[in-house]
Formats: sequence, C-alpha cells, structure tokens
Amino acid sequence: MTNIKKNHTKLTIIGTGMAGMAAACFASHNRIDTIQIGINSGIIYSSGFFDLMGIHPIDTQLTWNNPWQAIDQLVADIPNHPYARMRKPEIEAAMKQFLDCMEAAECPYMFLKNQNTEVITPVGTVKQTYAVPRSMWAGAVALKERQSCLIVDFVGLKAFSAKQIADMLMPRWPKIRPLRLTFPAVGASADLYPEQMARALEIEANRIKLADAIRPHLADAKSLGLPAILGMYKPHQVRTHLEKLLGVDIFEIPTIPPSVPGVRLKEALEKFLSDRGVRLIPQKRALFAEQQKNRKFILSIGDIGSDKTEQMIETDGVILAGGRFLGMGLYAGRKKIQEPLFNLPVFQPEDRALWHQANFFDPKGHRISQAGLEIDDSFRPTDAAGKPVYNNLFAAGSILAHQDWMRQKCGAGLAIATAYGAVKAFRKTLIDR
Amino acid sequence: MKNKLKTRVLIIGGGATGTGIARDLTLRGVKCILVEKRDINAGASGANHGLLHSGARYVSNDPESAKECRDENRLLKQMAPDCIEETGGLFVAVEGDDEKFIADFQSYCDKADIPCCPMDVEEAREAEPALSDKTIAAFAVEDASVDPFKLVLENITDAQKLGCKFLRHSQVVKFNKQGNTIESVDLLNKTTGKEFSIEADIVVNATGAWAGQVAALAGADIDLIYSKGTLLITHSRVSQRVVNRLRPPGDADILVPGGTVSILGTTSLRMDSLDKIRPTVEEVDRIVDEGATMMPGLESTRYIRAYSGVRPLLGGGGKGDDRSVTRGFDLVDHAKDGIENFITITGGKLTTFRLMAEKTSDLVCSRIGVSAPCQTRTIPLISAHETRWAVPGFSPKNWFKNHDKNDLLLCECEMVPQSAIEEIVEYFDIFDQQVDLKGIGKRSRIGKGSCQGNFCSLRITAFLYDRDLLSADQGASEIHSFINERWKGQRCLLWGTPVVQAELQEAMHCGFFGLELQPNSSTSS
Repeated sequence: MTNIKKNHTKLTIIGTGMAGMAAACFASHNRIDTIQIGINSGIIYSSGFFDLMGIHPIDTQLTWNNPWQAIDQLVADIPNHPYARMRKPEIEAAMKQFLDCMEAAECPYMFLKNQNTEVITPVGTVKQTYAVPRSMWAGAVALKERQSCLIVDFVGLKAFSAKQIADMLMPRWPKIRPLRLTFPAVGASADLYPEQMARALEIEANRIKLADAIRPHLADAKSLGLPAILGMYKPHQVRTHLEKLLGVDIFEIPTIPPSVPGVRLKEALEKFLSDRGVRLIPQKRALFAEQQKNRKFILSIGDIGSDKTEQMIETDGVILAGGRFLGMGLYAGRKKIQEPLFNLPVFQPEDRALWHQANFFDPKGHRISQAGLEIDDSFRPTDAAGKPVYNNLFAAGSILAHQDWMRQKCGAGLAIATAYGAVKAFRKTLIDR
Repeated sequence: MKNKLKTRVLIIGGGATGTGIARDLTLRGVKCILVEKRDINAGASGANHGLLHSGARYVSNDPESAKECRDENRLLKQMAPDCIEETGGLFVAVEGDDEKFIADFQSYCDKADIPCCPMDVEEAREAEPALSDKTIAAFAVEDASVDPFKLVLENITDAQKLGCKFLRHSQVVKFNKQGNTIESVDLLNKTTGKEFSIEADIVVNATGAWAGQVAALAGADIDLIYSKGTLLITHSRVSQRVVNRLRPPGDADILVPGGTVSILGTTSLRMDSLDKIRPTVEEVDRIVDEGATMMPGLESTRYIRAYSGVRPLLGGGGKGDDRSVTRGFDLVDHAKDGIENFITITGGKLTTFRLMAEKTSDLVCSRIGVSAPCQTRTIPLISAHETRWAVPGFSPKNWFKNHDKNDLLLCECEMVPQSAIEEIVEYFDIFDQQVDLKGIGKRSRIGKGSCQGNFCSLRITAFLYDRDLLSADQGASEIHSFINERWKGQRCLLWGTPVVQAELQEAMHCGFFGLELQPNSSTSS
C-alpha cells in the first residue's frame, strides 16, 4: 500500500463527457485546483452540435425556435428539471463562458443569440440545435436560403450517402444535388474511415486533388456539403483552402458517431484544459470513495474492470459528471438503478417493467431517461428527505434526474449549465470556509 | 383493374407448415402460391426453442404426440441434416423436484417407446458443467436442435425453384364464394396498399395461431386456445446438449443450444387476443430465476434477445394448464362447414411440421385429383445457395476466406458484407420487388449482433439509397421499423451492458437524428 501515489486537490471532477469537460473549463476559469478523471470520453460520440433546448413538451413534440422561451416554459411546467435550479442569466452566462472557451480552444462555434438553427444530419433529417461548429455553419445557411447546393460523398465511406441526404431533403430543398466521388487521397483499402480521410486532407496536395475532382460538377452550386472530414487539427485552414480553390461556401455534415467533430472536440478541450492546469487522469475510474473526518474525500483510482487501487486522490470536493449508463455514472442492474461510487439515492421508476416503452420511438420518451440523482439548489445530491447527502459533493449533466436530454434536445446546454451551477456552488464552499 | 392471379392451390401462411406444404405440393408437381401477411416465420415458427423433440417431453401427458415427435425427429435428421445439430438431450432434476415423477420417467418413456437412458449425475455434470450442483437425476434422450429460420427458408426457396410463387406482405381480406365454393381470394399488398386477387381450385389455411381468424373470414369455425410462450437468447452457448427439467412441463424448463447461443424458455400464458404478443419484464425475470435453479450461470449470463410466440393449441376452452392440452395437430376439411375447397391445418409443433404438411398435401391432392405421392420422406432438403447468409457463422467464415477489400462490411457485429445485401435484395427483386430492412434481417444476420441494429441499420440504409433501392424519405421509416423490431426483443432484457447500448442508440437515433419526430414514428409496430 505504501507505493500508492496520493494526489491532493481542491476539486475532483468525475467524468470526461460534456458535463465533465464544461465543469473543468469553469473550474479552471475560477482558478480552482482541479483533477479530472474519466474513462472513454462520451464526447467522441458527440455530433458537434450544442443543443440548448429544442422540444417541450416532448409528448406533443412541440418544437421551439427560441430556446430561451422554451426554457421558460419548461421550468414553469417541470419545476424539478435541472434547468429550474438556475436563473436564466446564469444559464446564459454559462453558455457564453463555455463558447468563449471553445473559441480559445480553437474550436469555434456559431449561433444566433435567441434562436435555434436548423442543421442537416447524416440520415438526411433536419435537426434544431443552438450552437454549430464553424465548419458546419454554411450548411445551416444553405439550408435556410435553399441555395443551389452540391452534397458529396465518397465510395467506401459507410453510412454516409449524399443521395440519401438529398432525397430526404428534396421536398423542402429542390436545389440540393448529390454526387459520389472516389476519395483521391487514401490508399488501397476500400473501407474509408473519417479520421483517416481528415488526416489526409491536412496535406495541401490532397486538397488540390479533391478540389479538382469536385470542380467539374459544381455547375451553379453556391455551396458544397461534405462529410465531416475536413482536417483533424486545422479544420479552418483545410476548409478555407478548399473554398478558395472552388469558389463556393463549404460546410461539413457530421458522420455517424464516433465522428471527427467529436474527436476534435475532445482533443481541443483536453489540450485547452491541460494548458490551463487541469490535471487529467485519463482512462481510469474512481473505484471507491470515502469521507474523512476533516470532510475531505479520499478517492481510490484504478482501471476499468479491476478493483485494484493504483492511486488515491484527497480532495475538498467532488463533482459527479459521469453521465448515465454509457458514462458509468449510474448502473442499471436487474432489480434497480444504482449510483455505484457513493451509493447515492437514485430517483427511478419503481419497477423495471416501467423503464422502457414498448415503442422505442414513443414520443413520451422512456421513463428510465428521467432517472438519476435529485439535487438541491446547490447541485448537491439529496437524500429521501431532500437534504444534501454531503455538503461538498455535487452533480452535473445527464446523471441528474427529471430531464430527458435526448428528447428535449438540451444535452449540451444541460451539461454546460449544470456544470456551471455545480462549480459555482463548490466555489462558494471554499469561500465560506 | 385489380390484378388477378391464378393457381391450383393457394396456401395462406409463411410459417413452417405453410412453406412445408408449398415444398411438398411443388415436389408433387402441383402449382401453388403461398401468401403471407408479413414475412416468413412471423408467428410461432419464428418464436420457439428450435427444439427437435425426441418425444420424451410428452411421454407423461401426450404419448401420441411423443411418438409422432420420435418418428419425425429421426426422419428429419436424415432429410434436413443441414438445419439440424445433433446435440443430444438431457432430462435433469434438481433437489426439491417431484421424486415420483423422476422415478416414473423411465417407465413413461418405455411405455411410449421413446429411447431414454439413465445417466450418473456426476457424469452428467462432467458433460455439462453448467448444471447445478444440486442435480439429483439425469437421463439422456435423442433431442436435437433445429434452426427454424434456415428450415423455413430452405423449404420456401426449394418450393420457389420448383415454381411456387411466394408473396410477402400480402394479407387475405376477403373470400369470394359462389355457393359452396371459394372462387377467389382478395388480398391486400401491405406495402403498396394495392388490392389483388387470386383464383385457386383449393385454399389451404396454414396460419397457425391466426387460423381461427382466417377461417372466420371464410365463414368457417376453428376453435383455438392461444398460449403465449416467451423465450430468451443467451449471448453465448451455455450447454452442448438440450437440457430439459425433469418434471411435468413448467416455466423455463428447457434450454436449447443452437450455434453460438442457447435459448431458454418458456412460459405459458393464456391470451385472449393475438394483438401485442410481446415478452414482459415479469416473464423474463421468472424465466431467469427458474432457469437458474437448473443452471445457476443463467442468473448472471448476458441475454441478447427475448421473444414471444403463440402456440395455437387445439381448443375446446379447456381448463387448467395449457401445457396439458395436446400438442397434436388438426387437419380440418371445411366441407363439413359447407365450404368445399377450404382446408385448415393448425396445432402441432415444429418437430412435426413435415408430417403436417404431408397430411395436408395428401388431402389437397385427393381433392384435386392428383395421385403423385409425398416425396418429402425421401428427397432431402439441400441447402440452397440463397439461404446461406442466414446461417450463424457463415458470414465471418466467408469473409475471412475470400477477403475482398472492396466488399465493405455493412454489419460489423455479424460481419455481413454489402455483397450479401446485394444478393438478398436481388432475391427480393425476382419475387416481389419490395426491399425492406426487416426482410433483409430475416435472410441474414444483420441486427443480430451486439449493436442490435443501431449501426448496421444506418449503413445498410445508406447503401440501399446508393443502389436506388430506397428513395425519398423511405429510409427514415425503414430505420424506424427495423429498430423497433429489434427493440421488441431487447426491451425486457435491458439491464447491465444492454442498457448502455440502448442509451447510445437513443442518443443517436433520437438525440442526434431526431427520428422520433419523423412521421409514422409514434406508431408501434
């Protein structure tokens, strides 16, 4: 036991998904000494779009153009929704601060202040979102203006069909046109992967070859849509170079997860946070947690699938941002749903038979999606009596109960806002002391 | 003008019996058309254990069925060897099971003339390490496992090659009678919404649990009990042999291995209607708990799919346990109801499907004056080239053997390449022009791996657009109905890792693509 490394920190953030990343951004912004720990980042499954609030009530599938008005209505109707724990200016401040971080992390976003934006998905549906990666923005504009537009896909890139996208959108967008090309820059294998294509396009000669292949087909197109493969580290440079070569606006359409925009997001944030002094312990998880007499927590850290403690963290406070099941913040057993680290009470349907609807796409959503940790106004998980279980334990993101981010289209916004709230509440405990 | 087809025999129902009749009749040189409301094996033929009974299961309460099973078991092992795995079977009892039943079992078997050989308990546990250490008795029997999908695909493919027409998604809506004779049958193509009709000399109702409903449309009466059974598929194979619980038939008392998985079941629940036949969480929990008393590992193993079928049991509105109702079959000549050219075949079980088809075809032939004898006792069912993608394990083997770099894997879990999809789709083209993911799923392994369709549905849909086999917004409804079909089997098994998969699937299909907002998405299939 003597060899086990012991880390000391003010704040430990458990989770490397959107909520964990956002919490780390806010903590570093407030110069709080922070360790972040997590397994496979859920962020690589991100489309790149940041939803704030799109649909409420979900069973009537009412779509809102103005996300802030949607939040007002949501908070009025569902007073225990996590958004209801904050005032609207705080949510606004959270979004602004996080989007500023993205800018600083060289992963800039575009958005309209009080309006959702319609974007294109790889299956050809149109989705409402709030903030859009800069590399995808021209697509939102093209869709809005119904521009003459060419969509290109590549032989060998699976689950991305320009024809499917064009066919799906044609009724509302008559001037959209598909084109299939052979990708000019990757070797013998027929199977193409977005990351490999993105890396190939970091090389100037490959961009010139690609532009040459596209040019004869442009005709009257004002804009050009490509799968999200325009560079891994320098997407801006890759895109603007291609725009210059072809003389049209170019945009990316995300591919199915895990996609290049997800990887870009993860890598940009990791670098940004590391530069800001956040200590990341990657690919590890917190195995056990124990509160000491001085109220600090001792966390045992180890590998996934092992109970062996490799290092310890002594920390003044913890933010649980491990998501729901995919992020392992919660565990669903045959009998019930548990929070595995602190064994916190989990709000959940009384019986597994009530977890999921018979129809996967049921507009009501699945009741298991409302399960999670209940919190007080300081984002502290509460017990049955509504009292915080620990004064220095907080939670943020999709681990929280009473929200259905997948149906309400509020995933990123919820993660960012509640991370902001949790960091703010933790910071207050430092000041109070 | 309504499209009109003509044939000698119209068979209704694409399960084991209907496709068995189609093969039997075409082998005798009789022209026929098979129509099916959905697709092959949509009813009990696709929702059973895949058990080729030795007969021992029925020795105590239905010795006649037991003998039928024994004979067909032996015959099918000769006639359809590619569809059958000769696993052998065990009957085992654990502490607390009825000692009298255990003591009498051998004599029941002897009386029905079903081979059964007592086994030392230690020997049995050595042969099947998954057996409980509380096992107190074991007998070896001649059970085997049969792949019902392959069996039915082979039957219908063989029949098609011999000239039988097979129309999927075609629902009978009306029988047009002239006096005592059905002159024609009106059908609805459920994908195009178009009606058409078929004139036939004789009509065979082989619709299993739906036989009562179809007979009623024709003005005839069939009395059936609907007994719902739910089964679970394990992620990996649990035993080498079929394992039966040595007790009067009860819940979760049979575990049947098949390829790389095992199937555990079943329950028996009386149903009033055939709508919404789905597994429930309560049934799943009961099956897992009961199964675990026989094999404790069944408590913690991962399950990949649950499904329910309805046994069409011969009726009379009996009382007590439906398991005591005979598993025999019923061949009804509706001449007795005043319809001269209408026959219903129902009841029975997978093991006896061939015999049911033979008896039905004999009756059909005697009615239409054909004297050719049954040939399914002598001509083996050879695996057709077209059916090979449905066989578990074929696709990966094929992939590694002729690795073609240009042949992209569209289903990565089960390693199904685009050439397989192309071939299956071509097979659709010949017969009914309708390309659907669910239909491809019936004829290949897509959606059956650990992603349960989450990713392959997207890859295959994009591929079908590129081949001009889908257009406009069809893709959204194809993904929707395929995912929901898989969901039916997942919903009750969502704990542990499968919950994680389901969450990812919802994050993608709803959170990202918004497919729940597409038209049609609120209807459950």
